[in-house]
Amino acid sequence: MNASIGGAIEFIFEPQSSNVTGGKEVGGLSQVIELTLNQLELTVLALALSLVVALPIGLYLGHRGVGEALAVGLGNVGRAVPELALIALMASVVGVGVLNMTVALAVLGVPPILTNAFVGIRQVDRAPVDAARGMGMTEAEILFKVEMPLAVPTLMAGIRGATIAIVATATIAPLAGVLTLGDFIINNNVYGQNGLLAGGILVALLALALEFGLAGLQRLLTSKGLRLSAA
Amino acid sequence: MILAAVGEVGEGFFKERTSETLPCQAKSTHLFCFDWAKENIDSFATPAQQHVEIVAISVVAGFAIAFALALVAHRRRWLQPPLLAATGVIYTVPSLALFFILLPVTGLGRDTVIVALSAYTLQVIYRNVTTGLANVPSAAKEAARGMGMSERQILWRVELPLAVPEIVAGLRIATVSTVALATFAVFINAGGLGTKIYGSGNLTFPTSIVIAGGLAMAIAFAFDLILLAVQRRVTPWRRAAQA
Repeated sequence: MNASIGGAIEFIFEPQSSNVTGGKEVGGLSQVIELTLNQLELTVLALALSLVVALPIGLYLGHRGVGEALAVGLGNVGRAVPELALIALMASVVGVGVLNMTVALAVLGVPPILTNAFVGIRQVDRAPVDAARGMGMTEAEILFKVEMPLAVPTLMAGIRGATIAIVATATIAPLAGVLTLGDFIINNNVYGQNGLLAGGILVALLALALEFGLAGLQRLLTSKGLRLSAA
Repeated sequence: MILAAVGEVGEGFFKERTSETLPCQAKSTHLFCFDWAKENIDSFATPAQQHVEIVAISVVAGFAIAFALALVAHRRRWLQPPLLAATGVIYTVPSLALFFILLPVTGLGRDTVIVALSAYTLQVIYRNVTTGLANVPSAAKEAARGMGMSERQILWRVELPLAVPEIVAGLRIATVSTVALATFAVFINAGGLGTKIYGSGNLTFPTSIVIAGGLAMAIAFAFDLILLAVQRRVTPWRRAAQA
């Protein structure tokens, strides 16, 4: 049976009979919601872990203006790491499960967040920083009250890039025993061609929803002054 | 026998050396088995070649489309925001998902991968070509205009050459990410190094994953170096300025 948009939409809303489950129906809205929530949960966990690891280091290095080779080089190398090999290696050497997948996916999130935190803080105009120092602000105050607000667009671009990379790769988490929407794709002998197409559509919608959500958050976090000067 | 002992001297030294029962292959958590690698390295040649082909075709196609779009938008500025938004939406859709969304149109196989991966490169290349052109100093353009150059001559002889570093920077990012993403081609029966990571419904074993992943990264760095060399070649004035 070939895939069709109509068939895929039906698969998303109505459970379908399958050739290999022995009469047990697959797909349907309740399974779609369950797998979507799993993928979202895995994405949030991995993103949180990569933020905890990468953001402080990136902010600190950016504020001090040291370690450019590390911060930028890591971003470049990170882009070349094949996600499939990373997940596969994690699953077969370290083991399967949510915790291991969280760590493997966080590895993808670290480079964009670290690089953008460093670059964002680094390229803040020196005049307001000097003014803040002249007013007697501490280094921490300068970082959190002057540099970070001014670096919001670059910081958020890194976080958005990390989120998209993580949610996209969480699709192959079923290889490591964590059932996400990618189950429709990876176990397509169970779900059939319409399940494949449905999986693709659902993953795409999830990624777009996250991207738009974060774009909205970025608008909220950007100070009024910056928004006015951009307009 | 002597060869077999190099990787794994202790256990399994006396075992038969056949493809099925290499000592270190039996343990699934063993990270790297030199014996297996030595015997099977040849089997990576075809997947690696397929991988390079997928990446090269996708990036060339993506570059042709993005470059044309950027040149059109350079003349008609009002097109820039909608084109950036449209390529951004495509960029956000995970390429693995895009493979299967294209399934009813292009079916299983390499065409689907090439369409999806070239679509994925559009945003980065388009954005870098437009910023590259926008950052050309207006003094250079005015001087060219003062010399009597036509708009077309200014574009091809002044603006594009000066934008080369940014254009190549975009190409490098697009190419390196595409090499990593092309491992997903295995899910849509299009070959490539992914077949050495995930084959016939199962993960292959660690040694194979390490070699395939390592080869993918090596291909990425090789492409990166080639693009960098091309940039040096076509912007000789930058070397002169640095010296």
